[in-house]
Amino acid sequence: MTPSAPSITTPLIDIREVRKEYDDGPPALVDLSLTVAAGEALAVLGPSGSGKSTLLNLIAGLDRPTGGTVTVDGVRVDRLGETASARYRRERIGMVFQFFNLLDDLTVTDNVLLPAQLVGAGRLQARARAAELLEHLGIARHAQAYPGRLSGGERQRVAVARALMNRPALLLADEPTGALDTASGAEVRELINELNDEGQTILLVTHDLALAGACATRTVELVDGRIARDTPGTRRTRGGSAVAR
Amino acid sequence: MSALGRVVRAGVARRRVQTLVMVLTTMLSVTASIAAGGLIVASTDPFDHAFARQHGAHLAARFDGREASPGQIAATAHAASVTAAAGPFAVASASPRFEAPAGLPAGTGPALDIAGRADAGGPADRLELVTGHWLTGPGQIVLAAGDGDEAGPDALIGTRLSFPGLPGTPRLTVVGEARSVGRTADAWVVPAQIAALTPAGGTPSYEMLYRFAHAGSSAQISRDRAAVAAAVPAGSMSGAQSYLTVRAEVNRQTATFVPFILAFGVLGLVLSVLIIGIVVSGAVTAGTRRIGVLKALGLTPAQVGRAYVAQAVVPAAAGALLGVALGNLVSVPLLHQADTAYGAVSPVVAWWIDLLVPAGMLVLVVASALAPALRAAGLRTVQALAVGRTPRAGRGRTAARVAGRLPVPRAVGLGLAGPFARPARSATTWAAVALGAAGVTFAFGLATSLNRVQDGLNQNTPGQVQVTTLRRPDGGAPPNPPATAGSSATGSAAPGSGTATAGTATGNGHPGQADPAAVGRAIAAQPGTRAYFGTSFDQAHFAGVAGAVQLVAYQGDSSWGTYQMVGGHWFTGPGQAVVGHGFLTAAGARVGDTVTLVGDGRSTRVRIVGEALITGDDGKRVLTDARTLTAAGLRASPDTFSVELADGTDRATYLKTLDAALEPLGAQAGATVGGLSSTVVAIDAMAGSLTLLLIVVTGLGVLTTVVLDTRERVHDLGVLKALGMAPRQTAVMVVTSAGWIGAVAGLVGVPAGMALHARVLPVMAGAAGTRIPRADLAVYHAPQIACLALAGLLVATAGALLPATWAARTRTATALRTE
Ligand SMILES: Nc1ncnc2c1ncn2[C@@H]1O[C@H](COP(=O)(O)OP(=O)(O)OP(=O)(O)O)[C@@H](O)[C@H]1O
Ligand SMILES: [Mg+2]
Repeated sequence: MTPSAPSITTPLIDIREVRKEYDDGPPALVDLSLTVAAGEALAVLGPSGSGKSTLLNLIAGLDRPTGGTVTVDGVRVDRLGETASARYRRERIGMVFQFFNLLDDLTVTDNVLLPAQLVGAGRLQARARAAELLEHLGIARHAQAYPGRLSGGERQRVAVARALMNRPALLLADEPTGALDTASGAEVRELINELNDEGQTILLVTHDLALAGACATRTVELVDGRIARDTPGTRRTRGGSAVAR
Repeated sequence: MSALGRVVRAGVARRRVQTLVMVLTTMLSVTASIAAGGLIVASTDPFDHAFARQHGAHLAARFDGREASPGQIAATAHAASVTAAAGPFAVASASPRFEAPAGLPAGTGPALDIAGRADAGGPADRLELVTGHWLTGPGQIVLAAGDGDEAGPDALIGTRLSFPGLPGTPRLTVVGEARSVGRTADAWVVPAQIAALTPAGGTPSYEMLYRFAHAGSSAQISRDRAAVAAAVPAGSMSGAQSYLTVRAEVNRQTATFVPFILAFGVLGLVLSVLIIGIVVSGAVTAGTRRIGVLKALGLTPAQVGRAYVAQAVVPAAAGALLGVALGNLVSVPLLHQADTAYGAVSPVVAWWIDLLVPAGMLVLVVASALAPALRAAGLRTVQALAVGRTPRAGRGRTAARVAGRLPVPRAVGLGLAGPFARPARSATTWAAVALGAAGVTFAFGLATSLNRVQDGLNQNTPGQVQVTTLRRPDGGAPPNPPATAGSSATGSAAPGSGTATAGTATGNGHPGQADPAAVGRAIAAQPGTRAYFGTSFDQAHFAGVAGAVQLVAYQGDSSWGTYQMVGGHWFTGPGQAVVGHGFLTAAGARVGDTVTLVGDGRSTRVRIVGEALITGDDGKRVLTDARTLTAAGLRASPDTFSVELADGTDRATYLKTLDAALEPLGAQAGATVGGLSSTVVAIDAMAGSLTLLLIVVTGLGVLTTVVLDTRERVHDLGVLKALGMAPRQTAVMVVTSAGWIGAVAGLVGVPAGMALHARVLPVMAGAAGTRIPRADLAVYHAPQIACLALAGLLVATAGALLPATWAARTRTATALRTE
């Protein structure tokens, strides 16, 4: 799946006036607008309950906004039905979670293969891609292991490999280092950097200022569902690569 | 409220789906078990139960009114060992003509034994009203509820009976149907009516019914009978019927049903137990992580165990109560069917079943809940807490790996591997579906075989037209053809009830019979006759065989109208015979053996060349060429002719002209009626109801398991959906999981059902005194087997469909938050 390669000037993510209210309590997001260009690595920071995960879910098409529009890679995500949003996710989005969310009764390879199998990709190609990813992420020797036996850092690498399987236009990560110790956290940070260097657009939600500082080309801070601050990061983007794209 | 109580209440209230599933499951299991148990109990000794309930008469004696006065007869109630007596009731025997209500053909029935009886109750032989009401005055008649009421129980109510053979042609209206357990009469009228039903100058006759202190054996009954006979003038007791005779008949009838009812009942019970086990232990296992939390908070393992058992028992008790109500409701039609079959069943479920079943189910629930609860409580807290995150370490991995390699869409592959993640539960579900499939397969085979047997039995009355040469003494219409298929399977043994086999005189022509040769010539001369042969029905004796044997002698070419054969072949000439299984058993003979027919001081040897499908006469029937008898100097004169019409002949016209030609000879022609044995009808109906029940229980069992599974895997489902699994793919995955269990279950269940069929049918047939032709047993062929195997898949898929839609609709964001 090769998404149209948008120029750096047309935003990959275009969020306008988005509002999200749950059944009770104050709105989780209030008239939030945000654009993210292809190739950016955006870190979303903010205190607990500020709406970071909510924003991520809207971008991933896992939930629908109460108002406003969400456009990703030219797709109006807020209008997608269940089936269409599933297709959108498997073709254009890769997701990484705090608690890995690997399927425990599948091997590492089978976990990584899942997205390709869901789109019905060719067997040989998919296996080659999985092997390549595992190799690239340094977990090839665990290819036939079960997730339960891996360390947290290794599991998160598997999750990242799975997320990259279909060459997504956008990689979403919610607290990717949240469940990891310092050393493993550093590994993942490096991995994200590498991927972004290779041209992968990344949106990551985190509490981890070190992670944001090291990886983000731009940082957005949410407070009570609004963007409180939008600052360019310290890192600069670099050229494309063979693996991510 | 204690901390523990709070935990239980929260557990029941918060986990609504699981609680609902538990209520539903217990309800269903209790319903099915009550229905199954009720039927099994109703099928054990129904006669004895009915006999006790109705204070049945041990002896029904008849007295000649000219020899003994009613006073003398009444005094027999004081004979030694009589504990209760009813009567004397004046009795009359008369042949009614039915004046048809809407739609039914008018016709003359066999002679009825009618007793004049004011009261349905009394000290002995209390009558149970089946439908309508008891007599309120003259002009009314209550009929004995028969086992041949295919038209429905109410069909006869309101029918007018007239008695053309009696002076003034009395008319009576049927107001009700009642049942006497000892079959002491065919009908009842008020005593004042009897005089009008007795022909001028006819013998007054009385019936007296007795209960004795000791009546367990025929010997005791004989002594009791002698004591009664001694109390009236010698020779005035004209006959007496022991309840043991009727009991044997009913028990034989019941024995035909018991094997398949037991088969279904046991299937239903095991199914219920399995499903309760799956659901309860599944619900508790799902709570393992919560158990860890509770223990972390300081609950002891014992407290945890109690909390979880209580959590299971509260909804189970509610379900059990609902199940008792529903079970009794479902049992009403089932017991009614059983009643039609045995003629002696209580219409309600035995009270102790209503107590035993729910109690047993609750014990089962406690046991099923306790084991996993204690196991969870015994886990170290850390482990229990970890269960939610990394469950089922190592389980089903090989399956997942294999399924991942299969060339099928990934959703299907995941579905195929699904059952292996919970092997115990999947195995139980599998067993439940397999039992269901076995039940359906068995029911299909049963119905198909029985319909073939029915066709075979109908073959025993061949040809489109039957001609009878017998005249009734009252000048009325002919009696029933002696071997109509319909009555043969269930033939009632009512004492002296006009339906006894015609032609009890040994070997020779009957008084009042038309000349068979002339009748034969008339049939042959009739245009439209293609073929015909005559048959005579007589009692005969064979050397080494106790009791009389029904002997059917064929005159003419019978090769076009043979019985269905079980083994060997139809006779091809004199000296050969085809027999029923009962005869072979009684004679200790096999096909190919030779037996000796004895009569009138002569004897002749007959070789058995075949065994035929015969359910009447306990299978003690011998069919042979009439020349076998004439060669031995015995006479055989046909009392019935079976006629096959030429193609294109209109039967109605043919009958009219033939009847006109036969009228002066004193013979009558009638259309052959394809009988439908009430036994077959009743078995079909019951098998149908029971199969439906099994299917529903199986389907709901699958539903509840899949609901549990889906809820447990909601987190995994969320992950898959986040990775882009579409709702349809999710549904496909869930349905595949269940469907594949169903498919494999079908592969085992269908052969099991076939094996059950192969075992149970011969037992049922044995009880009916026959064997079943192999062709009637071979009902499973490739297409049928394929369809039945698919049934398991279908039931499982249907059960999974609803939870699959739920799974597909699970909100991903919510699912991912679930731990
Ligand atoms: N499914 C839901 N139903 C109701 N309220 C919700 C739901 N999901 C989130 N919320 C509420 O919306 C607000 C934002 O939640 P969100 O999960 O986006 O916060 P967050 O920034 O990701 O917090 P954290 O850093 O703790 O993960 C919170 O007040 C939360 O309670
Ligand atoms: Mg969050």
